[in-house]
Amino acid sequence: MSGASKHKRRAFPWLWTALAFGYVFLYAPILSLIVYSFNESRLVTVWAGFSTRWYGELFRNEQLLSAAWLSIKVAAIAATIAVVLGTLAAMTLVRFRRQWGARSMGIMVAAPLVMPEIILGLSLLLLFMSMADLIGWPASRGQGTIIMAHVTFCMAYVTVVVQSRLAYMDASLEEAAMDLGARPLKVFFTITLPMIAPSLVAGWLLAFTLSMDDLVVASFVSGPGATTLPMVVYSSVRLGVSPQINALATIIIAIVVVAVSVAGYLMYRQGKQQ
Amino acid sequence: MTGYSGGVTGTLTSLWANLRRIRAGRWLVTGIPWLWLVIFFCLPFLFILKISLSEPALAQPPYLGWIRESADGLVSIVVNFGNYWLLWEDTLYASALLGSLKVASVSTILCLLIGYPMAYAIARAPTHLRMPLLMLVILPFWTSFLIRVYAWMGILNTNGILNNALLWLGVIDQPLEIMHTSLAVYIGVTYAYLPFMILPLYATLSRLDPALLEAAADLGARPARQFVTITWPQSLPGVIAGAMLVFIPVMGEFVIPDLLGGPDSLMLGKLMWTEFFNNRDWPVASALAAVLLVVLIIPFLLLRRYEARVEEAV
Repeated sequence: MSGASKHKRRAFPWLWTALAFGYVFLYAPILSLIVYSFNESRLVTVWAGFSTRWYGELFRNEQLLSAAWLSIKVAAIAATIAVVLGTLAAMTLVRFRRQWGARSMGIMVAAPLVMPEIILGLSLLLLFMSMADLIGWPASRGQGTIIMAHVTFCMAYVTVVVQSRLAYMDASLEEAAMDLGARPLKVFFTITLPMIAPSLVAGWLLAFTLSMDDLVVASFVSGPGATTLPMVVYSSVRLGVSPQINALATIIIAIVVVAVSVAGYLMYRQGKQQ
Repeated sequence: MTGYSGGVTGTLTSLWANLRRIRAGRWLVTGIPWLWLVIFFCLPFLFILKISLSEPALAQPPYLGWIRESADGLVSIVVNFGNYWLLWEDTLYASALLGSLKVASVSTILCLLIGYPMAYAIARAPTHLRMPLLMLVILPFWTSFLIRVYAWMGILNTNGILNNALLWLGVIDQPLEIMHTSLAVYIGVTYAYLPFMILPLYATLSRLDPALLEAAADLGARPARQFVTITWPQSLPGVIAGAMLVFIPVMGEFVIPDLLGGPDSLMLGKLMWTEFFNNRDWPVASALAAVLLVVLIIPFLLLRRYEARVEEAV
């Protein structure tokens, strides 16, 4: 025991310093974005006093607002489809491991998680073009093709989230219900679904965020007339720093922090009850 | 007698019907996501291969099909390996591949150097602090990737925050040229991918049995030796899984070299983007994608293998 405490005492000071530096590295850039979003000057790097004028300009930027609305729509639809498909995939990977296709599914789910987006985007565009050529669908590229592309990589993330929850869940409850004569579908909706519900919410939020954030895949599979928020941000940022983007970043960060705090509080309360 | 056997057949029939229903249900559960992934994830690779073997053309779409019919009704199949030959011949592509390998390797090592102590510290933190500390690592990941890269533009610019601070402090008297260099790319990549390194490292380090370290300490092993003989080998699956989670996507990274890099930071992802959008040479872009895919097969297999070990140990 004395050895352990000695070890702890010796190792901790520099470890904590390293951890603190790591957090500074992670959060300093984000803080700088927030601070300079309230800067009066157009030059991001020169402090000219506190102002909220960039937020005002942001909310008058029609192009940016309509792109944001399109992104929200695409992300909500893509995340919902991805949760359904991802849950089915996770059920296969955890509960029907011996089913035909389960092994290949494991690989197909793992690959999009690390696959460079640029390959995903290019390959999906070529698929859509060839499909339009062969069967006449999708006739045009835009919102629909972006949704299909986003579902494809989002469902992989949802699968991982739901899969880990399912794996921890005791299968004996489901088996007991089956033994008592409940149909598989009923077992799923009355027992499995309520127990994995938190992971479905987490998976949906993750998928929504990933879809909202995607620039590369959407740039490939989109067509004229469908410009998502990251595309607008990218074309503005390419020309250099712009205080409006700082204001947008601050709003996104605020939404994320509020959402994560609420989720964290709910999880904390749930943990206390149990 | 007949009633009894009828009962048996009845039970058997209903059992069979039930079994079939379950089977059908299972087929649907597996089949729907499986089919989606085959169509939208696997099938497209065949099209990459096909287009990479086509001839470029000034048309929409900008490539020619394999099967062609000449004016006199002669049908011929034309497969063009010229795009791969171009990749081999023109040193531009080889140096882009080397550039990607260099950036991916260096950033993976940087992520490991920063991430390992962080993961270790979180794993050794009091139990009630671990989750919040881990959440703090994941939180930036939930904000926009593009915007996190953009933040570094404001910091690293010639008249950016870092230069202004250093000038004001008197550390330098000339602004540093960091923006649009490889250094900026390393910083940006390390920053963006650090969480992917920390999570699997934490997963293995948090399960390290403290009794092993205690035993080693009691037997007189110094901390450095404890680390080399116990901690590091035990965390190796996490190290490899984390390294591959960084290395693989960085190999095709486009946004970071485009926004932070300069002429000296040539990478495959950026080159592929240029070939596709600026030069409209889809066949060459596809050939590049095919080459990148082949390069990534070994890292991907490594990831699959060690990811399973990280999970097994949970």
